[in-house]
Amino acid sequence: MSGLSLKGIGKTYGAVNIIKDLNLEVIDGEFLVLVGPSGCGKSTLLRMIAGLEEITEGTLSIGDRVVNELPASQRKLSMVFQSYALYPHMNVRKNLAFGLGNQKMSRAEINERVADAARILQIEPLLDRKPRQLSGGQKQRVAIGRAIVREPELFLFDEPLSNLDAELRVQMRVELAGLYNRLGTTMIYVTHDQVEAMTMASRIVVLRAGKIEQVGTPHELYTKPKNLFVAGFIGSPKINLFEATAQVADGQASVHMTDFGDIPLTHPVRSGALTVGVRPEALKLSDNHPMRTTGTIQLVEYLGSEIFVHVKLPSGNVILVHASGKELHKAGETIPVSFEPQEAHVFDAEGVLIENTVKDPAS
Amino acid sequence: MRKWLNRNAPGYVFLMPWLLGFFLLALGPILTSLYMSFTRYDMVSSPRWVGLANYDYMFTRDRRFWKALDVTMWYVVLSVPTRLIMALGVAMLLDKGLRTISIYRAIFYLPSLLGSSIAIAILWRQLFEGDGVINALLARIGIEGPNWIANPDTSLYTLVVLAMWQFGSPMLIFLAGLRSIPRDLYEAAEIDGASRYRQFFRITLPLLAPVIFFNLVLQTIEAFKTFSSAFIISNGTGAPADSLLFFTVYLFNEAFKFFRMGYASALAWVLLLIIAFFTAITFFTSKYWVHYENERD
Repeated sequence: MSGLSLKGIGKTYGAVNIIKDLNLEVIDGEFLVLVGPSGCGKSTLLRMIAGLEEITEGTLSIGDRVVNELPASQRKLSMVFQSYALYPHMNVRKNLAFGLGNQKMSRAEINERVADAARILQIEPLLDRKPRQLSGGQKQRVAIGRAIVREPELFLFDEPLSNLDAELRVQMRVELAGLYNRLGTTMIYVTHDQVEAMTMASRIVVLRAGKIEQVGTPHELYTKPKNLFVAGFIGSPKINLFEATAQVADGQASVHMTDFGDIPLTHPVRSGALTVGVRPEALKLSDNHPMRTTGTIQLVEYLGSEIFVHVKLPSGNVILVHASGKELHKAGETIPVSFEPQEAHVFDAEGVLIENTVKDPAS
Repeated sequence: MRKWLNRNAPGYVFLMPWLLGFFLLALGPILTSLYMSFTRYDMVSSPRWVGLANYDYMFTRDRRFWKALDVTMWYVVLSVPTRLIMALGVAMLLDKGLRTISIYRAIFYLPSLLGSSIAIAILWRQLFEGDGVINALLARIGIEGPNWIANPDTSLYTLVVLAMWQFGSPMLIFLAGLRSIPRDLYEAAEIDGASRYRQFFRITLPLLAPVIFFNLVLQTIEAFKTFSSAFIISNGTGAPADSLLFFTVYLFNEAFKFFRMGYASALAWVLLLIIAFFTAITFFTSKYWVHYENERD
């Protein structure tokens, strides 16, 4: 396989437009995560790639071959469903072998492939059980096993971990990442959980209302969100947002923040309302950085290695500061808060990032 | 006791209408008929105890009893599978193509509502008679049809066709069963490359097995008990040449035409045992072919 190409993809149900003019290149061998709030069209997009959903407009190509009209079974892909979709009346062995039997493969080869998959996923002792005799995590493994026995060129995952409890989800995340490293096959993974996206993806596609908001590596999305939506969606705890105004004085453009004062800008901007985003870990509980103010601690969430401190600023804004668990603070304390101006993400009135605008104070 | 009551009382309250009906209305006649099956009773003089004489006569000398059994068994063997296949076929069409149009469900159910009525049996006669509608249609394409109902070789099939046409209630149950099979199993099978044919035999049928089993038991019992259509179409006699002598028709005639109540009661009990026997066989074999989702191990 040589990547996947989506050009001008659209999907309508009756009069409802779910996905509009979507363009995306999936690089061969990458782990691409589609993430977005529910109803953003990410599952529909995945199902269109799978061949379970008709493509209303645009072209979908695998390699240089347009596959719009190709049935799901001929797209050389496997899919893992949120519900696992295990055949309840077949034991694990038969579940794994079902897809191979359809390909009229020899008994011996089927047995070999099933044994391999069972070994990789450590489900050998479960082969003679029925799905109802399995735990959620085991079912998930079998579902993945059913996908890998077919040795597809592309794996599709539709929220595969959402039915698992938190602990198991973390464990399966690690296993999936391990599986990806081992197989090196292209994977497209749908989730609404940005933590899953951040931890597993080579690249993330953030979707909203059927449109791509941003595509990039987890690091790019976190450090350079293109707009307010991505800034707010990626990162946990969430980015702090401040209302601000653009102003120009003596030919020097700057952003005025009520609590922290002015951030100087390199390029002129139109004056008016802006939004400034600062990540919780960029805020420091000290007055060592240029942008500073004083606030009152409302709540301290202690997590051992780290703390989340809710600080009320003079303007009445409550912000979240992420600090080390070694720092000791308690509610009611008055405390300085400061940050470096380069840490500020400035968005215009439409929520679009104003790039390269923050002036380095050293220059 | 108190704990038992707390847990089970609601169940018994819901069962109450049936329990009351059974003990007050049904149990008496049932036991009476069992008693009468050992008597000779003509509804004028009082019943006279004859021991096993009725049963002895039935199994050793009554050739019409064996004929009635033969007709009924053929009817069951032919009508139950055809009705179930018809019901499943229509249910699958409704499930796939016409999902949203609930009016079709009502229309398809209509024959079953009408089917057991006297009117339809009379209509059926007029369709299949020598100068009936079917033959009129056949005549147009140059075929001279027999008198379907008067011919002993074909008369039973007209009733099998009537039974097939009354597929409504098993069809609704199949439809509910089909709807309860998760869509993503078919989607997974589609990605796995299973043809429609294989999806039907490897997914639909096995997952529908509990519903097929339920319908099979119910329809078999129903078929053994078929009465009104056979009675009307054969003019109440089982004619022609006893080819429509259903067990129930024979039983009815013995009871209410010849007033051999004792013998008719014995026939009724034998029918009950036959039905129980076949139901038991179905239940016994079910563990080899019925998969239950929530079965305990």
